[in-house]
Amino acid sequence: MNITKNIHEWLFSLMPEATASIVEMVLIAIVYLLIFAVAGLYLVLLERRVAAWFQLRLGPNRVGYQGLLQTMADALKLVSKELTVTIKADKFLYNLAPYFVIVTALMALSLFPFSKEFQAFDINIGIFFLTSISSIGVIGILLAGWSSNNKFSLIGAMRSGVQTISYELSVGLSLLTMVVMTGSLQLSQIVEVQKSGWIIIQGHIPAIIAFCIYMIAGTAETNRAPFDLVEAESELGAGFHTEYSGMKFAYFFLAEFINMFIIAAIATTIFFGAYLSPFGITESIPLLGVFWFLAKTLVLIFLMMWFRWTFPRLRIDQLLVLEWKYLLPLNLMNLVLMALMVLLGLTIKF
Amino acid sequence: MDTTTIKNNFRSEEYQINMGPQHPATHGVLRLLLTIDGEIIKRVEPDLGYIHRSIEKMCERDSYQQIVHLTDRMDYLSSHINNEAVCLTVENALQLEIPERVKVIRTIIGELTRIASHTLWWGVMGMDVGALTTYFYGFRDRELINDIFEETCGARLTMNYNIPGGLMFDIHPNFVKRTKEFIAHFKTKLPEYDLLLTGNIIFQKRMEGIGILSKEDAISFGASGPVGRASGYSCDVRKHHSYSAYDKVTFNEVLKTEGDTFARYQVRILEMWESLSIIEQLIDNIPEGEFFAKTNTVIKLTEGEYYQKVETARGELGVYIVSTGTKNPYRMKFRSPGFSNLSLLNHIAVGGKIGDLVATMATLDLVIPDIDR
Amino acid sequence: MTNEALQSLISTWIPELEFTEEKSQFLNITVQPEQLHQLMTQLKSNSETNFDYLFCLSGVDWGKELGVVYHLESTTHRHQLVVKVKTEDRENPTFDSVWTIWRTAEFHEREVFDFFGILFNNHPNLKRLFLTEDWDGFPLRKDYVDEINMIIK
Repeated sequence: MNITKNIHEWLFSLMPEATASIVEMVLIAIVYLLIFAVAGLYLVLLERRVAAWFQLRLGPNRVGYQGLLQTMADALKLVSKELTVTIKADKFLYNLAPYFVIVTALMALSLFPFSKEFQAFDINIGIFFLTSISSIGVIGILLAGWSSNNKFSLIGAMRSGVQTISYELSVGLSLLTMVVMTGSLQLSQIVEVQKSGWIIIQGHIPAIIAFCIYMIAGTAETNRAPFDLVEAESELGAGFHTEYSGMKFAYFFLAEFINMFIIAAIATTIFFGAYLSPFGITESIPLLGVFWFLAKTLVLIFLMMWFRWTFPRLRIDQLLVLEWKYLLPLNLMNLVLMALMVLLGLTIKF
Repeated sequence: MDTTTIKNNFRSEEYQINMGPQHPATHGVLRLLLTIDGEIIKRVEPDLGYIHRSIEKMCERDSYQQIVHLTDRMDYLSSHINNEAVCLTVENALQLEIPERVKVIRTIIGELTRIASHTLWWGVMGMDVGALTTYFYGFRDRELINDIFEETCGARLTMNYNIPGGLMFDIHPNFVKRTKEFIAHFKTKLPEYDLLLTGNIIFQKRMEGIGILSKEDAISFGASGPVGRASGYSCDVRKHHSYSAYDKVTFNEVLKTEGDTFARYQVRILEMWESLSIIEQLIDNIPEGEFFAKTNTVIKLTEGEYYQKVETARGELGVYIVSTGTKNPYRMKFRSPGFSNLSLLNHIAVGGKIGDLVATMATLDLVIPDIDR
Repeated sequence: MTNEALQSLISTWIPELEFTEEKSQFLNITVQPEQLHQLMTQLKSNSETNFDYLFCLSGVDWGKELGVVYHLESTTHRHQLVVKVKTEDRENPTFDSVWTIWRTAEFHEREVFDFFGILFNNHPNLKRLFLTEDWDGFPLRKDYVDEINMIIK
C-alpha cells in the first residue's frame, strides 16, 4: 500500500533508523488500537441488533441512523462513570486484571492477514503465538474474580480457569490438524497454501471435523453462550466482573467481542482462505481482500451470535464431559486421520 | 467451618453464599442461604419476609369486598384465580346462588390466566437456563391475553374482576371474538415452544434427572399444582374438588411419574394445551343472564369456619376464614401453593450443582409475594 | 369414608376427643395438646383413615386461647378432616410438632411461631421465618399493638 510506504520512507528520511522504526511501531499500534476499539463497539451493536432480530424486537435504533451511534454513546457513558472498588478487594490485582484481558485481545489482532499487504506482524510461529496469547487472557479473568473478594466472582473465575484450560486443548489440536496439512505455522504461508483451494475443501472430511470442533471450542474460549458459565447471569449474577464498573467493566466487555472477532478471524485464516476471494474472482484487486476477510469473519461471528441467542447454557460438569470425553478423543483421531491423508496424498487440490 | 473429606486426604471446605435477595434467578426478593462445597449444594435455607405485607392481618380489619383486592397482590400472576378463591368462600358462606354465566366467565378467565402465567414461566425458565430468547417468545403470547383482560377488566395484571356474588362488569363485546383469535394464534405458537426449547439436547440434558421428587415426598411436603403432578401425585383441585364451571368441561389432569425438573416442565407445557381445550369448550357456550347475584352492601358471614380451595397456576390455594358474624373476618389464612413448594426446595436441590438449583427453582415456579403474603 | 364413620372410628382410639360438625363444612376434632401427636400419628398411619396430606396448618387466636388448626385430607380415600388443638397458656403456648408426620409442617409451624408465638416441641429449626430475629411480639395475636404501623378502624 502506497500510503504506508510513503509514511515509512518519510519517517526513515527524517530520523535515524532505530528511532524511525520505533516511531513506526507506535504509529501502527495506535492505528490498530483505534480501529479495533471502534470495531469492537460495532460488534456490540451488531450483537444487539442480531439479538433483537432473534427475539422479535427492534433493538437500538434511535441514536444515529439505525442506532449506529448507540454503542458510542454507551462507551461515553461508561467512561464518565465512577470506578467502584469493594473495600476488601486486592486493589493492585483488581486494577490490573482488565488490562490483561484487553491487552492480550489486542495483541492477537496484529497477526491477521487482512489482505496481502495489510498484516502488521508476520511472525513465523503465527498460530503458536495466537494460541499462546489467547490463553493469557484467562489470567485476567482469574485475577478479576479472585481480587474482587466476592464469592460469586470467585466461582466464576474458577469456572473460567477450568473451562479455558480444557478447551484450549481442542482449539490447539484442531489448529494443529490443519498445520499438518499446511506444513507451516506462519499465517502468510498458510494463506499461500490456500491459493490452490481453501483448506476446508483441500482437507475435506478431517478439515470439516476440525472446523466444527474449532467453532465449539472457540465459542467456549470466548466464554460465550452456551458456554457462558463464567458469567452465567442467572446463576452468578455477572460472574467475574460483578464488582467492576465504568471503563474497567467496558474493557472486559470489549475484550469479549474482540476475542470473538479473533476466534472468527483465525477460522477465516486457517479454514476459509483469509483474504482470498472465492474461486479467485477478485484476485486482480488486492484491496478487496480486506472485504473478503471481513465478510467471512462476519459470517462466522453471526454463527456465534446465533449460538448464543438460541442455546441454553451447559452445566459445568457437562461442559467438562463434552471436552474431555468427546471433543478431545475425536480431535486426536482426527489428527491421525489428517496425517494419514497427507501421507497418502488424498487432499484435493485445484 | 465444616470440612468434608472426599477421598483419601483430599479435603475441601464448605462455604456459605447468599443467593438473593437481589439475584436474577430468585425472581423477586427471595434470599437463599446456600452452603456449598465447590459447586455442590449441601444445604439450601430460604430466608423470607423481604416483601411481607401482612395481608392476613390487613384482612382482619377489611370488609370482604376489600379483601378481594388484597389477594391480587399475593400471586400476581394468578390474580383472577386468587380473587375467585375469596369470592367463592364468601359465596359459599352466604349460600348464594351464583348465575351460570358468572361461573363460565370465571372459568374462562381463570384458564386464560393460567396460560398467561405459564407462558411467563416458560420464558423465564428458558432465561434461567441461559436461553434468553424464550423470554420474548413467552411475552409475545402473554401480551395478547393481557390485552383481552384489559378490554374486559380494565387492568392487565391485578384485575379485580370478581366481587363476592359475581363479576364487576359484564364481559366486553369483543371478548369472545378476541379469545377465539388468541386460541387460534396460540395453537400455532405453542409447538414453537417445543421447537425452541423442549427439543434442545442441551436443555434436556440440563433438566433430566435433577431435582427428583418422589410421590410420597410430594404428598408429605404438601406439593401441589404442576410440581405435585409431575411426581405422579393426582392433586388437581379442579378435578377433585370441582368449583365454578369445571364440572361442565372435560379435561385431562396431566400426570408424569418421573418427578424431575423436566417432568415439571412438560406438565406445564401440556397444561397449556388442556387450558386451551377448556376455553374452547366454554367460549361458545357462555349462558345469557345476570353477571352478578345480589348481595348486601355490608357482607356479614354467619359465625363459623369456611374453607375453599382453588387451583391457581402454581397449585392449590386455600382460603380459610374464621368468622364471628361481624363484617370483618376474625381470622383469615391463605394457604399459598408457593409456600409449600418452596419448603421442598432444600430436599430436592441438595447434591446438585448451582446450575441445577437454578433450573430446579425455575420449575417450582415461585412467585415471592405469594409466599411472603 | 363418611364423617359419621370417621367419627366412630377415631373416637375408639382416644376417648376424650370432642367432635363437631357445626359451623364448618368439615368434621372437626378438638384434641388435648398431650394427645395431639398420638392422634396425628394414628390418623396418618391407619390404613382406613390414611390422612397423608396436610393441606393447611393455621394458627388462630381465639381471644382467650391460642390454638392451631390442621386441615387434613387423604389422597387415597379423599375424605377431609379438621383437627384443632388449643391452649390457654398465652405466655408459653407449646404443642408437639407434627413435622415428622408431614414434612410440610416444618415451614408452616415456623410461620405460626413467627406470627403467634406458639412453640413446637421437637421442631428442627424453630426461628422467625418472615420477621426479623429481633422483632418484638407476635403480630397476628389479637392483643398485639403497634401504634405506628397498624391502622385501627
